[in-house]
Amino acid sequence: MAGISSTLLYCAFIIYLIATFVFAMSISDKKGREKGAAYIKRWGRIGYTIAIIGFICQLGYFITRWIASGHAPVSNLFEFTTFFGMMMVFAFIIIYAIYKTNVLGVFAMAIALLVIAYASMFPRDISPLIPALQSDWLKIHVTTAALGEGILSISFVAGLIYLILTVDQKVSTAKTKWLEFIMYCLLCIVGFIIVTIISQSIGTKEEFSWKAWKDGQRVEQTITYELPVLIGPPDGKLLTKGGYEPFVHAPSWMKGEEAPKKLNTFIWSLLSGAVLYGLLRLILRKRIAAAIQPKLANMNDDLVDEISYRAVAIGFPVFTLGALIFAMIWAQKAWTRFWGWDPKEVWALITFLFYAAYIHLRLNKGWHGEKSAWLSVIGFLIIAFNLIAVNLVLAGLHSYA
Amino acid sequence: MKAIKCECGHENPYGTEFCAACGKPFKGGDSDQLINMRYEGSAIRSKTYNKTIIDKIWNFFSSVKVGVTIIFIILVAAAIGSIFPQQEYIPSNADPATYYEDRYGIFGKIYYLLGFENLYGSWWFITLLAALGLSIIVASIDRGVPLYKSLKNQRVTRHENFLKGQRLVSITPGSIPFEHIKGALIKNRYKVREENGNILAEKGRFSRWGAYVNHTGLIIFLVGAMLRFFPGMYIDKVVWIKEGETAAIPGTNNEYYLKNNNFILQTYSKNDKQYKAALQKAGEVPKNYESKITLYRAKSKPVIGELPKLEKIKDGQAKVNHPFKFSHYGIYQSYYRQGELDKMKFNLVNKKTGKAYGPMTVDLNNPKTEYDLGHGVEVKLSRYYPNFYFDEKGLPASRNKSPENPAFVFDFKTPETPDGERSLVAIQQTIEANKQQANKYKMKFAGVEMKDVSGLTVKKDLTLPIIIVGAAIFMLGVVQGLYWNHRRIWIRQKDNETWLAAHTNKNWFGFKKEIQKISDETGLIMPVDKVEPKRS
Ligand code: HEM
Repeated sequence: MAGISSTLLYCAFIIYLIATFVFAMSISDKKGREKGAAYIKRWGRIGYTIAIIGFICQLGYFITRWIASGHAPVSNLFEFTTFFGMMMVFAFIIIYAIYKTNVLGVFAMAIALLVIAYASMFPRDISPLIPALQSDWLKIHVTTAALGEGILSISFVAGLIYLILTVDQKVSTAKTKWLEFIMYCLLCIVGFIIVTIISQSIGTKEEFSWKAWKDGQRVEQTITYELPVLIGPPDGKLLTKGGYEPFVHAPSWMKGEEAPKKLNTFIWSLLSGAVLYGLLRLILRKRIAAAIQPKLANMNDDLVDEISYRAVAIGFPVFTLGALIFAMIWAQKAWTRFWGWDPKEVWALITFLFYAAYIHLRLNKGWHGEKSAWLSVIGFLIIAFNLIAVNLVLAGLHSYA
Repeated sequence: MKAIKCECGHENPYGTEFCAACGKPFKGGDSDQLINMRYEGSAIRSKTYNKTIIDKIWNFFSSVKVGVTIIFIILVAAAIGSIFPQQEYIPSNADPATYYEDRYGIFGKIYYLLGFENLYGSWWFITLLAALGLSIIVASIDRGVPLYKSLKNQRVTRHENFLKGQRLVSITPGSIPFEHIKGALIKNRYKVREENGNILAEKGRFSRWGAYVNHTGLIIFLVGAMLRFFPGMYIDKVVWIKEGETAAIPGTNNEYYLKNNNFILQTYSKNDKQYKAALQKAGEVPKNYESKITLYRAKSKPVIGELPKLEKIKDGQAKVNHPFKFSHYGIYQSYYRQGELDKMKFNLVNKKTGKAYGPMTVDLNNPKTEYDLGHGVEVKLSRYYPNFYFDEKGLPASRNKSPENPAFVFDFKTPETPDGERSLVAIQQTIEANKQQANKYKMKFAGVEMKDVSGLTVKKDLTLPIIIVGAAIFMLGVVQGLYWNHRRIWIRQKDNETWLAAHTNKNWFGFKKEIQKISDETGLIMPVDKVEPKRS
């Protein structure tokens, strides 16, 4: 069953990739411009169908993995992030049904692909549930929260399209720089995936012994790097025979469990992202956003703006229900209190407050178009932070991770 | 301030932008400018008065700019609080004054110095939440009341300038059968009202109350959260009960007692097929924590140190995620300690002959003072140190009451030693009182009994129903406001022309599609969106 499940996920990934290309073709192909709306519509429908098939495949992965593991597969980083990607696709399927914009398909599918590929870099073992996680409310909470985040992510996708479409690329401004920064961030994820796959295939592994904090005390631990070591643990001793000493050691206050390793991974992502970005700039000979802009020429920016807002309007209640209300019900049962200000809860609240601010600025202060698009980008950063950094960084620094 | 009387006869309060009944704009005349439909042009208090100090405070809190600023400040503060763990999450034996610096270096020190280790309970954070609540209340009353009045007062026939000022307007020449238009609107599920050959078609008006409903829910939620600080509303205590023992449930005024029959800890089997790979990496993974408990109610007044008469109410278990419930209380399986010392056994042994009396058993939580071992042998427990150490003066002392490292001062008398001997007995050591002459007898350790201890949280929270109601109302309100929208279409037939004006409070895309459909069905001209062409 576990084998079938992996295969289905792999299939879904490939099918999403095809859908992305079909959507991309429908907007960029020269024929499209000659043959007009009917051509775009037809290929849009084909892309949409393929996306739905991919989604069904991934649903198959989800169900079979559920059967194999005996619990809803949303309990570790791999499972949850994969599910988040799936919910992004689902949100896209809903929103495309309303607005039928192919450009949205290109970007939404591409970013969902990125999310799923990123998820696959984490350990994929089927793991047992500790007692606190054995609750129906947990799965209700996690799935609804992920669906809400998926829908809100579509707002980001539309916001990003809006910015690429409207930011003036003739001159270099703060806006073009920030937009390039977003592109760079996305490339860092690609870079991380590439570096991880390469390291896994050549089997990089180095072990160090060092003193880390655990439960309020410093204890001797070994730390295993799966990527080449740029940043070693503070006063770590190399254990692997024939291994390489790290270039530098992490600052001495970085003593959380695994913290130096996470810093190492982070630096690798930044570096590989920079290399990819540099290569792309060399090939394109202009800003990445500037290179994409002409392909979007047919888009109506007001429509994209509305999609971005609509996704927030649909996603905000779902997110609130899943990430706050269901979370509180579960926390009340598992930990005796519905709210305890732990980092995961706090960042769900921050996300909630942020989108509440978005709605008020839009409805009352008239923040439409560009301002609102930048907000949707920041919103996605907060969601991504909650998914990635809170688990990997904040919780990692905390002793109760 | 004077009311404004419109030419249609309706009296509007001072500050109204256009007549609530007929829509005639009071400013701007018949220019082609778009009318601001936000609050139906009604007199928003905060936009109208700004004289007295009360006006100023009112205006401050009703401003959305201020409200959003408060939201952002709370957001940033909350984020800061998550950088390092809050004090309640650091190990309980750590001293926060040094812990943050030791653990997180200079940043940790600054964090602690700024008081961020208790950020969410700090007076300024609570003040921010209160300001948010106040802002929500003021802003909602400020806008909600006038909005309600004007939506209630709106008349079907609207002033020409009002129609012209809409975002979507079209004028179709020639006459289109009235019933035909009406039919098309009804078919699209509009509620249609008519007056002198004019139409007001409306749908989804209730969605306009979404914001006010959800704000009400939020306020109820916040009030519920604050009520916790009222005495009697909220109890959160931990009681440690050893297996086999019974204890009063804290917070119940000795009315209820709980017996811990058995504590169970199960782990996943290493050979579990499903999880083999993960378990090899993770090692031991717990599968279940659970205390089998029995609830009793006291039938008599308790006497200090003794259990009252108890009446059994029910058996059950407190399990993670499945608290044991009775009346307003929940008993949660929160902590446990395994293998805690419970009883110690001793023999009194003659050092030379090895002749032993006993054994005697000391209950480490409730030790008796006198023990009769028969044959005229008596042992007195004159001092007991549950968690023994030597203090600065070198004297025996106890750190606390938990029997982690018990030590005893025993006085024992036998027929051979009628004057009695004394010694201090601790784990792995014995110190005799009489330095000149060694004791004849010694207390010899003869075994221990261990027990598991369950740490159960006792929880009573009478604010929960309020919190739940608040959250439910909030959800209803957001869904109501964000999943529906308020659409209106005005039709005015005059001088062989048909005017169509339309407004929605959100989702213009869907609205325009709908009007396109209606125009296809009726022959009315599809209006051009005045806002659309923005980009050059
Ligand atoms: C975290 C706190 C808050 C949340 C979650 C929240 C939620 C919302 C939502 C979802 C809407 C849109 C409703 C709709 O259009 O159907 C809304 C509208 C509104 N909110 Fe809030 N709100 C919050 C705080 C505030 C504050 C502090 C103010 C005070 C200035 C405020 C004033 C308003 C106003 C004036 C509207 C527009 C009402 C209308 O369009 O008629 N809100 N709020």
